[in-house]
Amino acid sequence: MNYQNLSATDISIAACLILINGALSLGLKLGLERQLIWASIRTVVQLLAIGYILGWVFEFAYWYVVLPLMCLMTLIAGFSAAGRGKRTYAGRRLDSIVSVWGSSWLIAAIGLLLVIQIRPWYEPQYAIPILGMILGNTLTGVSLGIERMMQELSSGRSTVEMILSLGGSRWEAAQLAARQAVRAGMTPTLNQMSVVGIVSLPGMMTGQVLAGQSPADAVRYQIVIMFLIAASSALGTVCAVLLTYRRLFSADHRFMMHKLINRG
Amino acid sequence: MSSPAPLTSDARPLIETRKLSRLDLRSGAPLLQPVDFTLSGGERVAITGSSGSGKSVFLRTLALLDAPDAGEVLWRNEAVDHAQIPLYRSRVCYIAQRPALVDGSVEDNLRFPYGLNIFKQQTFDLEKVKGLLRQAGKPDSFLLKTAGDLSGGEAQVVSLIRAIQLDPQVILLDEPTAALDPQSSRDVETLVDTWFQGGTVPTRAYIWVSHDHDQARRMSNIRLEMHAGMLTAMGDA
Repeated sequence: MNYQNLSATDISIAACLILINGALSLGLKLGLERQLIWASIRTVVQLLAIGYILGWVFEFAYWYVVLPLMCLMTLIAGFSAAGRGKRTYAGRRLDSIVSVWGSSWLIAAIGLLLVIQIRPWYEPQYAIPILGMILGNTLTGVSLGIERMMQELSSGRSTVEMILSLGGSRWEAAQLAARQAVRAGMTPTLNQMSVVGIVSLPGMMTGQVLAGQSPADAVRYQIVIMFLIAASSALGTVCAVLLTYRRLFSADHRFMMHKLINRG
Repeated sequence: MSSPAPLTSDARPLIETRKLSRLDLRSGAPLLQPVDFTLSGGERVAITGSSGSGKSVFLRTLALLDAPDAGEVLWRNEAVDHAQIPLYRSRVCYIAQRPALVDGSVEDNLRFPYGLNIFKQQTFDLEKVKGLLRQAGKPDSFLLKTAGDLSGGEAQVVSLIRAIQLDPQVILLDEPTAALDPQSSRDVETLVDTWFQGGTVPTRAYIWVSHDHDQARRMSNIRLEMHAGMLTAMGDA
């Protein structure tokens, strides 16, 4: 079995498939044409760019090249987790970055050093894609967790204040909302874990198989990755929800609803 | 049955405010002008005033649900520090205009406070609760009703009994009957009255914010008026 390299022509043929989306958008008057064009351009440009960057990084496998790249990836993930929802609070971006950073690096370290045992620790062929996969899922958890926490607290304000009025502590008042938020943040990963291999063949596994790895080996990696992702997104979600809680409740057991800002 | 009440009344006021004031967060306009206010055992205070005059702001600040911008709230002559706030709120209970109930039955709601750390030492007293329900004209089967199915009046009765069963010393009532039918309003008044008479010596007190002057007259021995954030006396009723 040979590895089939893709030429520019091959890619162009695939890219033409976007015309199906365009035709659908025009036909059904979805008004998505502009977004489609942009999304297509971004897909191509971003992936080509990362291809070049990774090619370069793999060639210069020094920690001072790999580490800044990992930091940059983490920062971008943290920023995206801060999202564009309709509500926010001052400090949300920082909370997102801290949650994404702390959880994904801890779990990536366990995965790379204890499980896969790569030497040196920054071997980019492993470190970068694995951190990337962890980040992608953690940011979803963090983002959903914070979003849901804000939503639960503002719609459940009267319950929160009822608990405080009865003599409940701020944590007792926030608990219900926090549980819902953590659950919401962990759900996508749990769903993914329960259908993996049946409904979806994960990208990494597919990639390894395409590159000529035996499916049995690819599957082992995928199992490890799934657990890394699950751990990191759970940790990140809990961390994000707790940070949100600390922002919105004061030390003197008040719920500071006014800190939730509606975005236009 | 009830917790042993002190035999002599405590001369210290229950709640005292010193130059307590609140500002609007965004505009900086005063919501509550600096107010020196004292609430002692045996006092039944009614506060009337137009909506937006700051009655609710005052009550919420007394409950320490909102932070004052200046001044302080004292409990029995002492400032309430952060760690003591839940304890303070267990003695000074704020009842909102719109009752908040948790999912479940009426009984689940009445048991709810005993799950809080502050009431860990106390246990739910079914007989006491049935007695309170009877005062509000509710049969024992009312306990089994689903919280979500209650009318506004019934929900307010539940929220009041939930607070009263815990024997608070002060209740802050923020227009508890504003949205209720006359019968439910009377039930709420009866419950508050009976709770108030419950202390063997005058150790209990309440503040009732109302826009209903008849109710304010009926339910108070001290009447105050709030106007544009300024709290003034209306003379004894």
